[in-house]
Amino acid sequence: MAKLILSVDGQVLKEYTLSKERTLIGRKPHNDIQIDNLAVSGEHAAIITILNDSFIEDLGSTNGTMVNGKPIKKHFLQANDVIEIGKHKLKYFNDAPSQTSPADFEKTMIIRSPAKAPPPAEKSSSDTVTNMRPPAPEVVKPAAPVAPPPPPAGHAEHAPLPEAAIQVLSGAAAGRTLDLTKNLTTVGKPGLQVAVITKRPNGYFITHVEGATFPTLNGASLGATAHPLADHDMIEIAGVKMEFFFKP
Amino acid sequence: MNLSQALQSASLTDPGRVRDHNEDCVESRPEIGLYVLADGMGGYNAGEVASGMATSLIADGLAETWQPREVDRLSRDEAMALAERLVREQVVRANTAIYTTSQNNPECAGMGTTLVVCLFYDNFVSVAHIGDSRLYRLRGETMEQVTRDHSLLQEQLDSGLITPEEAKLSQNKNLVTKALGIDPTVEPELHVYETEPEDLYLLCSDGLNDMVDDEEIRLTLITLRSNPSLTVQQLVQAANDNGGRDNVSAMLVRVAEPFAVARGWLARFKALFR
Repeated sequence: MAKLILSVDGQVLKEYTLSKERTLIGRKPHNDIQIDNLAVSGEHAAIITILNDSFIEDLGSTNGTMVNGKPIKKHFLQANDVIEIGKHKLKYFNDAPSQTSPADFEKTMIIRSPAKAPPPAEKSSSDTVTNMRPPAPEVVKPAAPVAPPPPPAGHAEHAPLPEAAIQVLSGAAAGRTLDLTKNLTTVGKPGLQVAVITKRPNGYFITHVEGATFPTLNGASLGATAHPLADHDMIEIAGVKMEFFFKP
Repeated sequence: MNLSQALQSASLTDPGRVRDHNEDCVESRPEIGLYVLADGMGGYNAGEVASGMATSLIADGLAETWQPREVDRLSRDEAMALAERLVREQVVRANTAIYTTSQNNPECAGMGTTLVVCLFYDNFVSVAHIGDSRLYRLRGETMEQVTRDHSLLQEQLDSGLITPEEAKLSQNKNLVTKALGIDPTVEPELHVYETEPEDLYLLCSDGLNDMVDDEEIRLTLITLRSNPSLTVQQLVQAANDNGGRDNVSAMLVRVAEPFAVARGWLARFKALFR
C-alpha cells in the first residue's frame, strides 16, 4: 500500500498509509494529515487513491501545492514524488510493483462494485466506476499470487545493438546507403518483390514479404523464414544487389 | 459467397516470455467471415478453459446458426440485425456455459475471459466485445481503436480523472470491469461498421497492446500490409522482444476485395455461375 512520509527541514515527523479513498491534508484538526502551520490552508489538498493509483488535488489553497518543485492543481502521483506544502514535504512511496518490473503485468482481474454483483440487473459500464470516488470495489483475485515471474529471458542484458545500414550496389540507386534506424525497413519493389529488415534486440533479420519468388541472401534463396544478417551479407532483391554492414 | 477469398487472414497466439502457459485462445471460420479471440483469467488452468470454451462455443454456435445462404435472402438491414442478434445469443450462451462450469467445478471457480468477435458479411463487420481485448482498424494510414476497453483505466480516462499519458504509468492496467463467465448474465457491447477494401482489422489480447505501443502497431500494419501472416508474427515478436510479460495473441483480417452480397433474383442467378 502506498504511504506518505511527512518531513520538515529534513526531519521526519510522521508516516501515513494511504488506506482511504480520500485523504485530506490541511491545518484544521479534522484532516487526516494535519499540518499545524499558518502557511497551510484549513483544507489544503486531498489525495484520492483508487487501488494502486493515487492522485493529489489542491483544494484551492492560499499558498498552493507543489510536486517535485512545480505548482500543481491535480497530479497523478508516481513513486518518490515529493509534495511540498509550505515548508513541509510529503514524500510518496508506492510499494506496488513498479512499472518496470515484470510483476507489474499482473494477471487480468475483474473488478466489480458489490452493489451490482451477481443476479439479473441491467449492466452498463456507466454504472460501475465513473466518478472520482467509486464505491469501494470488490476485487476478485482469481489465483493465489504466484512467485514473481523470472526476469524475461534475453530481454534485459543485451549489449546495445550496433548501428547498421545497407548499401545499394547495382541498379539506378547504386551507391546509395540506407541507415537501418527503424524497427522495420522494407526493401525491394512493391508488387514485385519486397523484403523487410527487422531490427531486434538480438540483431538484424531479413524476411520475405511479398512476390512470387524469394530474394537471395549470399546467393541462397531466402525462403519464407527470417534470416539473421551478418556484416557484409549480400542481398539481392528485385534484381538489385545490396550489402548489409555494421557501421563503424 | 465464400468469404475466404475476399478476406485474407492470419492469426498467432503465444505464451510470451514469462508465463508458462497460454490462456489466450483464437478461433476462426474464414468461410463465414468469423473471427474470435479470448483472453482467459482464473487459477491453475481455468483461464484457458474459459477462453477455450468461449472461442469454440461461439465459433461452432455461429457456424451452425449463421447460414449465409439463408441470410442472402434478407435485406442488408435485416442481415445486420440478424448478425447482431445471433452474435449476442452465442455470446450469452457461452457465458452461461462458462459460468455453470465454474460453479460446478471447484478448480474452475472464478474463471472468466475477455472476448472480441468479428463477423464479416456484405461489406460490414459486426463486432462484439467484453473486457480489454481489442479490435483495431487500419484504413489508409490511419489506425483506430474500434473497441473501448471495459476496464477501470478506460473509465478513469472517460471521466477525465487521468490523461492518456498518465494512463501509460497506471498500476491499474489489469483490471477489467466486465468479463465473460463471471456472472450468470452478461451484456456484450455490439456495434456494426462498414468495411472498405484494403481495411485491416486487428484483434488482439492486452499482451500485445500493453507491450507494443499503438504507433509501433500502426507502422507494422502499414509496412507489412500485403502479408498478414508475417504481420502477426512480427507483432507477436515485437511484444516478446519488449519483454513478453503476458500471453500475446493477434488475429489479422485484410479486406482484399469487396464482399457485397448479390441481391434480387437476376443477381442471385448470375452469382450461381460465378
